Amino acid sequence: MNMTVKDRPKKKQTETKKTPIVNVENVYKVNQLNLWYGEDHALKDINLDIPEKQVTAIIGPSGCGKSTFIKTLNRMVETVPSVKVSGGIQYRNQNIFQPSYKVEELRTQVGMVFQKPNPFPKSIYENVVYGPKIHGIRDKKTLDKIVEKSLRGAAIWEEVKDRLNENAYGLSGGQQQRLCIARCLAIEPDVILMDEPTSALDPISTLKVEELVQELKKDYSIIIVTHNMQQAARISDKTAFFLTGEVVEFSNTNELFSNPADKRTEDYITGRFG
Amino acid sequence: MNLVNKEQVKKKMASRLFTNRILQGLLLLATLFGLIVLGVLIYRMTTQGIGYLSLDFFTNFASRFPEQAGIKAAIVGTLWLMAVTIPVSLILGVGTALYLEEYAPKNRFTRIIQVNIANLAGVPSIVFGLLGLTIFVRLAEMGQSVLAGGYTLSLLILPVIVVASQEALRSVPKEMRDASYAMGATKWQTIQRVVLPASIPGILTGSILAFSRAIGETAPLIVIGALTYVAFLPENLYSGFTAMPIQIYNWATRPQIEFQELAAAGIIILLLMLIILNSIAVLIRNKFQKRY
Repeated sequence: MNMTVKDRPKKKQTETKKTPIVNVENVYKVNQLNLWYGEDHALKDINLDIPEKQVTAIIGPSGCGKSTFIKTLNRMVETVPSVKVSGGIQYRNQNIFQPSYKVEELRTQVGMVFQKPNPFPKSIYENVVYGPKIHGIRDKKTLDKIVEKSLRGAAIWEEVKDRLNENAYGLSGGQQQRLCIARCLAIEPDVILMDEPTSALDPISTLKVEELVQELKKDYSIIIVTHNMQQAARISDKTAFFLTGEVVEFSNTNELFSNPADKRTEDYITGRFG
Repeated sequence: MNLVNKEQVKKKMASRLFTNRILQGLLLLATLFGLIVLGVLIYRMTTQGIGYLSLDFFTNFASRFPEQAGIKAAIVGTLWLMAVTIPVSLILGVGTALYLEEYAPKNRFTRIIQVNIANLAGVPSIVFGLLGLTIFVRLAEMGQSVLAGGYTLSLLILPVIVVASQEALRSVPKEMRDASYAMGATKWQTIQRVVLPASIPGILTGSILAFSRAIGETAPLIVIGALTYVAFLPENLYSGFTAMPIQIYNWATRPQIEFQELAAAGIIILLLMLIILNSIAVLIRNKFQKRY
């Protein structure tokens, strides 16, 4: 699977001078990342390379820092006051913490789906065009096309195409979450971050979102936080196991679940704690 | 085994229900007290003032002769004042609230400002009158004008609007803001498209109460030298003026019974103006709530 990626023509963003050591492009290179909430040391010396166009799952018990980590990738963690960060995160070979880096630009490239479905109290249509509109797209025809494409992309078009002007709050929880995914697709991101996107959904909606993730990884790099190990095993290509703010193990999902290198990983995935 | 004594629970039940009933009654009484006083007030005002409520009352200026006295100058004066106070206090108040809630770093300095604003809301209105006299009438040389009066009233109700708006802004769920920020929206875009639309009903509710207070304020206007006897209408923002509460105060302090009745008629009009203002605001609020 990795070979196909290697042979593809490189994207503009990547530096052509560097010869990649691995045969997969990385969207993110996380290097010695440390993060504190006030005195609380939440992330410790994180080193991770996140591959392009794959699903990377982040698992771990509650409070292990997995949500904090994913929110650091689009710097949403900064909405919490008293956060301090050291170390570096390279997104497409640019340090996202350097002062000249614009966070708005980063978040245009890196979309996010939250734990609780959080559509705006607007119509379905307005929800999807929110992102394009803030980035200055005004043309009605373009917006209409974006709406259809995004809603199809999130596998919800058939369900809502006749009521685009109805309030998004009228949708079920699962539909709302897929609408949020559509809203995220509407800005045509490069990476999609998902912070436990199915934890507030029923099993059927969960299944739909999981299928959707499989579909989306053809075009997007996906990083998904989940506390459901089966889910990680089902949908991800790579898995990182977090424990008390550290990465215990990071490898191919099959390997991590069938043959964990670390004793703590084994204990966790066999359900001995967490 | 049984930690909960069922017998005890059964015995206690009657007295618990009884307490509940008593409290219900007491709270109803508390509510009725205010309502009854209001009812008596309205009854008194209506019986006293109804005789003076004629077309002449609206079209005549104040006069030494009660039967010729009217409230025209006061109504128009109050409208002029509100035309200054409402936009000025809304823009400054909501602006301040937005800055403090959305932009300002949460440090000691903003906390001090915060406490001061809350305290300002409790400062007696006559103090604001003195402030207005010093700053607007004298320093800014606006004279005893509509503009000076409007600014003074704006200052007076500004703290209330700021506090109410902050409360409304704070009640917008964090998830809404996060959704917007996560798509690369700037702070202002988030405020404009998500935060403000969601908080407008709350902001208006607080502001309406503040405007009602401004309409009824007498002391600060007297301090800045609003006229009490006016036989002309304000022509521009620098004209002298009188206002409803000043006119009512003026009539009510006269010994003749006829002027007392005129004051009652004035109060009826003032109350009507308040009701109209509140209804308009409620309509606006409902309109915004329906959109979502």
